[in-house]
Amino acid sequence: MAGAETSSVTIKVEFSGGLELLFSNQRSHTLTLPAAVPTDNATTVPVPSTIEATKPADITYLIHYLRDHLLQERAELFEENGTVRPGILVLINDTDWELEGEGDYVVKEGDEVVFISTLHGG
Amino acid sequence: MPPRPCALCEKARAMIKRPKTGQQICRDCFFYVFETEVHNTITEAQLFKSGDRVAIGASGGKDSTVLAYVMKTLNERYNYGLNLFLLSIDEGITGYRDDSLETVKRNQQQYSMPLKILSYEELYGWTMDSIVSQVGRKNNCTFCGVFRRQALDRGAAMLNVDHIVTGHNADDIAETVLMNIMRGDIARLGRCTAICTQGDDTIRRSKPFKYAYEKEIVMYAYFKKLDYFSTECIYSPDAYRGHARAFLKDLEAARPSAIIDIIHSGEAFEIKEEIKATQKVQQTCQRCGYMSSNTLCKACTLLEGLERGMANAGITDRGTKQLQAEGPTPENLRKIPFFEYKPTSTSTTIDIEAS
Repeated sequence: MAGAETSSVTIKVEFSGGLELLFSNQRSHTLTLPAAVPTDNATTVPVPSTIEATKPADITYLIHYLRDHLLQERAELFEENGTVRPGILVLINDTDWELEGEGDYVVKEGDEVVFISTLHGG
Repeated sequence: MPPRPCALCEKARAMIKRPKTGQQICRDCFFYVFETEVHNTITEAQLFKSGDRVAIGASGGKDSTVLAYVMKTLNERYNYGLNLFLLSIDEGITGYRDDSLETVKRNQQQYSMPLKILSYEELYGWTMDSIVSQVGRKNNCTFCGVFRRQALDRGAAMLNVDHIVTGHNADDIAETVLMNIMRGDIARLGRCTAICTQGDDTIRRSKPFKYAYEKEIVMYAYFKKLDYFSTECIYSPDAYRGHARAFLKDLEAARPSAIIDIIHSGEAFEIKEEIKATQKVQQTCQRCGYMSSNTLCKACTLLEGLERGMANAGITDRGTKQLQAEGPTPENLRKIPFFEYKPTSTSTTIDIEAS
């Protein structure tokens, strides 16, 4: 059972700045991701055992996962070319993701990831 | 990646990468540089003088919420000596503006500033909801834009303020530069990049966030946990601006200085005299007294079109001709109250929202 503890990571995801509207108008979500995921970011759950090329779950995988599993409408307002649409800010544990390696950041148990849209009128 | 120390204080952990400079700084240094840059913008442009009455155009959105907070902070820190007010325009959009005005009312409490709300219904006799039900969703943004501009000036006159500040940020201004270039509206570039605009008979308007990146405004609001409203207007958004914005965001992703660079380009355009000469001379609307480039201002033309059931009257030249062909303006037509701006008038009692 020692392996069971490391086979998944549970993180908190929050949407604001209007992005929550694309996610059932719910700001805060808790989700559990597989610790090892396909390198092509396919988000089939559970990860098929036939897949050999894996990587640790990172923010790029999280973005694909959110698009495929949590997003309810207008995917183009969230994801573009495998990352978030320009104009969406990402914070990992309250730190600008640009300081954390952006999509390559490997998620850890208990991480908090915030997505904020800047595209709404002021 | 290992945590990096702040490039400024070299002690705390860096939490934000500044888009303008690429500097990696901590939360407290970020607050300090953001506020100080706005302060420098204000003092270099000499926007205010002590004793000024200043209205903050407040929509409840991120930009104006951060602006109200920062104006209050700087006014206290540097003793500007300003009397600050919140001024909101209620366009009458159910499910959108009514919710965002609730945010402004909370800001009024949080920042202890007097709030004035002026509605389209009060001023024009029409809400945006009723305008959309008559004109549909095609040109409604034209009505809203023209009506809002005038409503802000009129609200400011009611508050007897010297100055209106708005939350337009660097991204907004760069977007407007791009839109004016794409439309061939070169003559407007100078005005749209000016930090402060003032006609002879209008109230000074300025943009203290002219050099503030949207990313930093949103980060500031997030770290300070400011209370703002973020929902897209329920009526069709300005599609043209949307394209300019998406393009600008792509440019910014490739090179973050693009936003400031575009503003500088707009500022650097020199307009030849013969092009300036084609711009119409400012005059006063003969019906409502507001500034205008024709005998009737745009708002009066739009309102007459609405009242006479010919909504295109203020939108196209053809519509204007049709309206004129229909005969003279009826005597009992609804009109916008006459606008009088007295820059030197002294304060009278002002009807503001109860706290």
